[in-house]
Amino acid sequence: MILRTLGRSVIAVVVLTVVFGLLYPLVFTGFARIAFADKANGSLVERDGKVVGSKLSAQAFTEPRYFHPRPSATSPEYNAAATTFANLGPTNPDLGTAINRRILAILKLERPYNPGLQVGDIPVDAVTTSGSGIDPHISPANAELQAPRVARVRGLSEQRVLQLVRDHTEGRWLRFFGEPGVNVLELNLALDEETR
Amino acid sequence: MTANGIAQIVVYLVVLTVLAYPLGWYMARVYSGTLRIPRLLAAPERGFYRLMGTSAESEQAWKPYAITALVFMAVFAVCLYAFLRLQGHLPLNPDGMKGVNSWVSMNTTASFVTNTNWQYYSGETTMSYLSQMAGLAVQNFVSAALGMAVLAAVIRGFARRSASTVGNFWVDVYRSLVYILLPLAVLLAILLVSQGVVQTFDGSATATTLEGAKQTIARGPAASQIAIKQLGTNGGGFYNSNSAVPFENPNGFTNLLEMLSILLIPVGQVFMFGRMVGSRRQAYPIYAAMMAMTIIGIAVALPAEQHGSQVLRSSGVNLAAGSGSSGGNMSDKEVRNGIASTVNWAVATTNASNGSVNGGHDALTATGGGVPIVNIFTGEVIWGGVGSGLYGMFFYIVIAVFVAGLMVGRTPEYLGKKIEAREIKLAAVGALLVPMLVLVLTAVAVVTDRGLASMHNPGAHGFSEALYAYDSQANNNGSAFAGYGATEFSALVGSIALWLGRFAPLVAALALGGALAAKKTVPPSAGTFRTDGLTFAVLLVGVVALTAGLMIFPALSLGPIVEALSP
Repeated sequence: MILRTLGRSVIAVVVLTVVFGLLYPLVFTGFARIAFADKANGSLVERDGKVVGSKLSAQAFTEPRYFHPRPSATSPEYNAAATTFANLGPTNPDLGTAINRRILAILKLERPYNPGLQVGDIPVDAVTTSGSGIDPHISPANAELQAPRVARVRGLSEQRVLQLVRDHTEGRWLRFFGEPGVNVLELNLALDEETR
Repeated sequence: MTANGIAQIVVYLVVLTVLAYPLGWYMARVYSGTLRIPRLLAAPERGFYRLMGTSAESEQAWKPYAITALVFMAVFAVCLYAFLRLQGHLPLNPDGMKGVNSWVSMNTTASFVTNTNWQYYSGETTMSYLSQMAGLAVQNFVSAALGMAVLAAVIRGFARRSASTVGNFWVDVYRSLVYILLPLAVLLAILLVSQGVVQTFDGSATATTLEGAKQTIARGPAASQIAIKQLGTNGGGFYNSNSAVPFENPNGFTNLLEMLSILLIPVGQVFMFGRMVGSRRQAYPIYAAMMAMTIIGIAVALPAEQHGSQVLRSSGVNLAAGSGSSGGNMSDKEVRNGIASTVNWAVATTNASNGSVNGGHDALTATGGGVPIVNIFTGEVIWGGVGSGLYGMFFYIVIAVFVAGLMVGRTPEYLGKKIEAREIKLAAVGALLVPMLVLVLTAVAVVTDRGLASMHNPGAHGFSEALYAYDSQANNNGSAFAGYGATEFSALVGSIALWLGRFAPLVAALALGGALAAKKTVPPSAGTFRTDGLTFAVLLVGVVALTAGLMIFPALSLGPIVEALSP
């Protein structure tokens, strides 16, 4: 009985692999390519005909004229080809060290433009690594924190920058599910457009 | 905890139940063969049965059913191992991935064939597209169908009287795949890709960032795989960071869809059970017990995550929710998911033996991370894996009616079947073997140098990582305190956990089903303990809490509890 079952299993494995492993994804990819080409391709963003990133991935921003994404644990940072968590447990001393280092960096960067800035003004997402390492969003509070700097460096009014932040905040789905987030790449593109 | 956060979770649980109820009705018809099948679909089904030398009408006793299942999965395991090792020489490999090394292949094969999806590799840097879809995603379908088929067979054992057979393995697998998993997967994949989940064979994209750097963006046929990874309680991500990656889960809508998919079939199967044994009321106490344990898990983890860890609190940053930030412990979490959705997912994915994540579990607070460990340790019976969750719960149900029988001094019965020595033995094996396996393997991993090498975090959290690793693998969950590292040793020990943890309870469940099928049904009398009321639900929660809770408590007190108490 076992030998017969073995033979049939081999046939079943071949049939199921072809149907569920090849036909299903191939046909579906064909459908996706026709129906949702941009999204299926990774929501790539172009400027002047060149791909500058994806709406769904953070990228490194270090210049003061840009909004900066959340910290990333990938190597190098914001590596969209090797996502990872930081995996630091809540009692790991390295976690405290990293957070304190990020707090100091933020104070040093923002205080020249925002003299009254206190540690208690920094929202938690600005000093913690994201899950993917390429979180495309920052919290609205994090964007507000960075707005005075970006406005000053670009010679824009803070109101205008905050307006752009609001324009690029993706709300909850149905105003209910998930949390609002500011898409950093799209916001920075809009800023570049503004001060071109 | 914001009002919106709590409301999101409540609405989630309600929508889940509303969707699962009709699915249960549908699945009951699928497995009882009363579904009207259009002629277009009947022909390939008959063709498949003919290839397998069987027909929709012929049936197997539990032993041939089990042997067929084991042989079939063994062949699949060999095939998957070959795929992984040889992927460098196979097509559909645009990013030029090399063959996967032998011990990662060994662990990954065990992991995917057992519906676990523990991953000692990063998808986007290790696997070719062919390995992902024709190797791993096929297992996402087939290993799920195996669990669903076995559940159907065991339920027939409860429903039938004086019967020698429990069903036909090939028929149950085919119907699980084609009439349940595939339609749901196609529907979900369409919705996901419409929101931005990637699906392409074009290889990775290259971008020049606004600051002029090169950025490589990994892509692939992800949506089709993610749909079945969520629905079949598989959980193995296309990307390393799983559904925390925006390309797998881009917004609040996809997050809700994927989270519903984690539990949809397991919850539906509870309702299906009631219909298949001819009394819908029998499903309700099981539903109530599982739902109660789900809510307890959320109620413990949510405040802990919103409160944040000691490190974050003492750093002085703003952890308050509201005013443009979800606050709390945002380490390894995504902004668009925030605290509530990440906790909801973490509890759901460890209730079910899914194991996908939308945020890192290693960085959860001590209490927030303790909940998944306990959830998994119950043997994945709080909804649990597709099929395996409910047949795992049957072990506890048998123990519960036995305990009730002892209390009132009567022979225990369930659904008119007398529960006797053989059933109790099988239930004890089913309920106790895997927890013992977890504790023994964790002990091995924390007293040997080779085991210790896998730990990523120091101190009590390192112990929690090891506990989580063998808890997750032996119970076929697949989520991780992901810092726990891949070594030859941990891959080998993990493989033992994976194989035994899947197939020992599976065979015990089929044997239980076979034993019950052979019994006569005795009509209920005045002294029969009722199993369709609230009392039974409470008893069931009590039995799970006592059995699993007492076994895990000493280990918990070395890991999460120490951590929660440390400054």
